[in-house]
Amino acid sequence: MAPTPSGAPVDRFPASVSKPAFPWLLTGAFLLTLWASLRLAEVDPGKLLDPDALGNVARFARESVPPDLTPHFLGLMLRPLVETVQISVMGTVIAVLIGLPLGLLATSSLTWSGILHERQTRWGRVLLGLMPYAVSRAVLSAFRSIPEYVWAFMFVRAVGLGPFPGVLAIGVAYGGILGKVYSEILENVDPRPLEALHAQGASKAGIVLYGVLPQTVPLFVSYTLYRWECAIRASAILGFVGAGGLGQQVELSMRMFQFNEVLTLLMLLFALVAAVDFVSARLRGRIARP
Amino acid sequence: MTAGPAKTAPRPRAGAGTWAALAGLAALVVWSYQGVDVRLGELLGPEGLGQIAAYVARLFPPDLSAPALRSAAEGAVETFAISFVGSVLAVVIALPLAVLTTRTLLYRGILYEGQALSGRGRLARVAIYAAARALLNVLRTIPEVLWALIFVFMVGLGPFPGVLALAVHTGGVLGKLFGEVLEEVEPRPVEALMSTGASRLRILLYGVLPQAAPQFIAYALYRWEVNIRAAAVMGFVGAGGLGQRIHIAISLFLENQLLTLILTIYLMVTLVDWLSGHLRRRLV
Repeated sequence: MAPTPSGAPVDRFPASVSKPAFPWLLTGAFLLTLWASLRLAEVDPGKLLDPDALGNVARFARESVPPDLTPHFLGLMLRPLVETVQISVMGTVIAVLIGLPLGLLATSSLTWSGILHERQTRWGRVLLGLMPYAVSRAVLSAFRSIPEYVWAFMFVRAVGLGPFPGVLAIGVAYGGILGKVYSEILENVDPRPLEALHAQGASKAGIVLYGVLPQTVPLFVSYTLYRWECAIRASAILGFVGAGGLGQQVELSMRMFQFNEVLTLLMLLFALVAAVDFVSARLRGRIARP
Repeated sequence: MTAGPAKTAPRPRAGAGTWAALAGLAALVVWSYQGVDVRLGELLGPEGLGQIAAYVARLFPPDLSAPALRSAAEGAVETFAISFVGSVLAVVIALPLAVLTTRTLLYRGILYEGQALSGRGRLARVAIYAAARALLNVLRTIPEVLWALIFVFMVGLGPFPGVLALAVHTGGVLGKLFGEVLEEVEPRPVEALMSTGASRLRILLYGVLPQAAPQFIAYALYRWEVNIRAAAVMGFVGAGGLGQRIHIAISLFLENQLLTLILTIYLMVTLVDWLSGHLRRRLV
């Protein structure tokens, strides 16, 4: 760094001095992590070309074609297919019921800081705002950091096999995610309409109702639809741990080496997810458009 | 555009379509409620709540004995490795497929304005596009756990099938996202390169990829965050990592160990989220 003619301090931009080292350091760390991970994860591409693996693939290919499309089997699978959709709907409903109140409480601008609380005493803010805020954030964090599979398996233990544990697992895990996203949306509302309402002497409820919600509801709906899409995918496979739906059938057919049934189920799953992608994308496109 | 000079924008009214959608949604919820025998009353009744409280109480304290901690640490390291290699391989799978699903690179747009493709050449490229897109759809639509089940069947138990499952599924997801980024790059640098007579490969390397790289990195880091969670449950179908240990702990009613493992997941997920966010801010 040559000093400028005006004699500006040389170390004015200290960050640029260390910058050349950064990509090399990062690349080195990346390669080291990759090397260690490749060993720890027992990655062995040779295994894919191993006669056993190829034999298994060949067997699957041979026995899965043609898929089992007999009316009898398809009729039997109709129920799990419907169940998968129903689990995802009820799971999302419960997720909203959990996520909305907790998300509202976990929003600092609604509970303890910012324009809504300017006139409150400090202790009032801490007791009525900060405490519920911290508790609900902790609960949301716990709900979403335990994967839905673990929830499903725990609920299968608690309430038995069937679709109900699947509903609860999606409800709790996605409730944690929705609550966090809702609160992020709420934190990022444009404060100007709120200030305008505040200046007119609107009550807190009035500010939330007319200032906050109109800005946030489209985003809420759009994100919830996206989560529903994820919930269908999840409910299709939660069955691996006994929580109903198509996944349970895939697991059963796989265990009994009925590969033509497995292929049928994979096709059904594919059709279901593709249909949901399509519908959800169209719905979101319509809602996002003003 | 055709509306007159309105003083205030007309307030959007809920149209018939909105009401129909709401009614449809309500019907869907009722239908689902009846289908899945939700017994919320039972669960939230005094008995159900008592059982939940008893279960939560049994989780405490977490098992912090040396063997339990060692087992959790091993699982965490394995899960980390699965997610890391899986994500790197996913990028390797996604990049070529993303280029092949970018119509503006293959057969239309400004790259082909000057020199139109022959009918057959164009048809071949459209076919490549359609095939790559179909492949991405299949990779993406089959969930990672299902891929894991398939790969366990192929190569046996252990972390390797977990890596493959993440690589293949995430490759499909990233391929779609990367392709969208590539289609939406700023055309002016591309035009500038074209006017210098650069080949299409050079235009891709120097005009398109530099623009797309920051978003590629951001998406890849984001998917890594998703994959660390996914890798934590792969073990449920026999693909190694923490999931296998959690499966055992739940099956054998080892609640205290279960809490240790759950806390480990929590720590690891938080760590990776932090690391990924930090890298994203620095790199993007």
